[in-house]
Amino acid sequence: MSHFQNDLRKRAEDLVALYPVKRSAMLPLLHLAQEQDGYLSEEGITEVAELVGTSEAEVRGTAAFYDMFHLEPVGKYVVGICTNIACLLAGGEELLEHATKKLGCAVGGTSSDGLFTLEETECLADCDIAPVVQVNHRYVRTTTPDAFDAMIEEVRDGKRESEIPSHGTLIRVRRSSGLQAPREEIAAQRATAQAAREARAAKEQK
Amino acid sequence: MATFSAPKIVSSRKDFDDSHTLSRYLETGGYVALKKALGMFPEKVAAEVDAASLLGRGGAGFPAGRKWSMLRRSPISYLVVNGDESEPATFKDHYLVERDPHQLIEGVVIAAYALQVSQAFIFLRGEFALGLERVQQAVNDAYAHGALGSKIFGSDFSLDIVVHPGAGAYICGEETALIEALEGKRGFPRIKPPFFPAVTGLYGEPTVVNNVETMSNLPWIVNNGGAAFAALGEGRSTGTRLFALAGRVKNPGVYEVEMVKNTFRDLIYDPQFGGGLIDDKKIKAFIPGGVSAPWFGPDLLDLPLGQDEVAEKGSMLGSGSVVVLDEDSCVVRATWRITKFFSRESCGQCTPCREGSGWIERAMYRIEHGGGRLEDLDLLLDLCDNISPGLLWPPQQTTICVLGPSIPSSVNSAISMFRNEFIAHIEHGGCPHD
Repeated sequence: MSHFQNDLRKRAEDLVALYPVKRSAMLPLLHLAQEQDGYLSEEGITEVAELVGTSEAEVRGTAAFYDMFHLEPVGKYVVGICTNIACLLAGGEELLEHATKKLGCAVGGTSSDGLFTLEETECLADCDIAPVVQVNHRYVRTTTPDAFDAMIEEVRDGKRESEIPSHGTLIRVRRSSGLQAPREEIAAQRATAQAAREARAAKEQK
Repeated sequence: MATFSAPKIVSSRKDFDDSHTLSRYLETGGYVALKKALGMFPEKVAAEVDAASLLGRGGAGFPAGRKWSMLRRSPISYLVVNGDESEPATFKDHYLVERDPHQLIEGVVIAAYALQVSQAFIFLRGEFALGLERVQQAVNDAYAHGALGSKIFGSDFSLDIVVHPGAGAYICGEETALIEALEGKRGFPRIKPPFFPAVTGLYGEPTVVNNVETMSNLPWIVNNGGAAFAALGEGRSTGTRLFALAGRVKNPGVYEVEMVKNTFRDLIYDPQFGGGLIDDKKIKAFIPGGVSAPWFGPDLLDLPLGQDEVAEKGSMLGSGSVVVLDEDSCVVRATWRITKFFSRESCGQCTPCREGSGWIERAMYRIEHGGGRLEDLDLLLDLCDNISPGLLWPPQQTTICVLGPSIPSSVNSAISMFRNEFIAHIEHGGCPHD
């Protein structure tokens, strides 16, 4: 019985098929597991391990390396505020401090209604609109406390759902099916290309 | 005097709101270069890139053509595009993937054709949710348009591109760590030698890894010829380059600038670019190429934006990010935050980096927040010296990758340029700016 519900199991199998080596699908699959559960549950990790053909310990050990993977439950919305150099110079620390008050939780904690988890992030590469704020990895571009508060209220009231899906949902655009260049064709092409390359090199040497 | 006559090579669609769509891309000359390239011998396409002397835009500045030519004799298995842009204050690739994904894809197909590779991966940092969606959509549209997939534009060339999301790790911008992540492992940089993935890359096979901006230059180079690209800029720094300007300037943003022909002063003060500092404050210092680079003072504002010009003065253009600190910016706090970044992002494989980064961060923290001691300054420099012996530039290395030797840059710069401010913090028992 698959833990991945709806079309997730099919999407997971399609992902594995994209790569020459199954384990390469690890990070995309972990994102899928987070899409289903909002974090990496035991069941999600077990399913990913089965899909890539490795142990659960390997999967957990890999996931723990990456900041975007959560091994404990988080809020429906993960609010990330950058305090790195460009944001620091624009008041990132102050905005983060403000956010702890607005959300009523410490950095790394979750609001009492379970809706928001607050994180201090490293550079999010949007430094011209600093301090940078992301909600579930969507740039919300609220650089002042007032704008931040208004954004939080909108998210809380469900007004931003089309733009900001629940935590874990990363890429909503699906790779169109049947796009892959067939493997045999690729192999044949490599052989032909190499032969042609050698022939031209030989001709040049003459 | 700033030179604005140079063409916009990678940011020509900046003014269009729909610059990410196929229709806009086709209306603005998209996929013409690819058709042209497919009519040339692959070696000829590679020769154009060689002639352009295009330096890699990721940070190390290695010539893309030479990277390719190391491989041309043997078959290359994979092309990997590095879009893990995470160097603090760098946001040019963010612009390119979100706003011009087709230009990136066209560049990738051209490169793949030149190298005769049939499988490419575009690795984007996971925090680029919109960028990932835009590039995936562009890949779908390119397939439908015939610019990707089997027998591209009716030629004999086929290519598949997989868009691969990262998951939040600065170190994955290091190309061997990126390959590890692409193999589904922790992003641990690989032991060198081999120095280049060209020898042992993805799945142990020959692999070329190029930056997003490097790839995005290729359509223009094919359309206009390598010589036209090389005619821009000066010396080894050819063409234009995207600079991400951030910090205490009026107009932070991504600006395409002809290399060498403009200076840091132009970039920071010219109304077409940074427009000067906020409230017309005085500039205290600037970081010329990401936080891994040593800092410059106002005396070097007239230095040209060129790879060798910056290197001669003991720093680097690096990732193309310029951060401006004004007279009121606290250099101790800025330095502490940068060391905190390296401490958080050290992958933990090598002792000097893993232990050193945390130790340096703790010493910087106590100076900034009260509790600093005068001997901490010597301690900091000694710790830096242990990571990168001699504190030279380019730095000596005691670690597998260059993250380690990047840590001393800001600490050494800040202490040598602003020793008095450190002492003021220590004597004041905290930050005088608070």
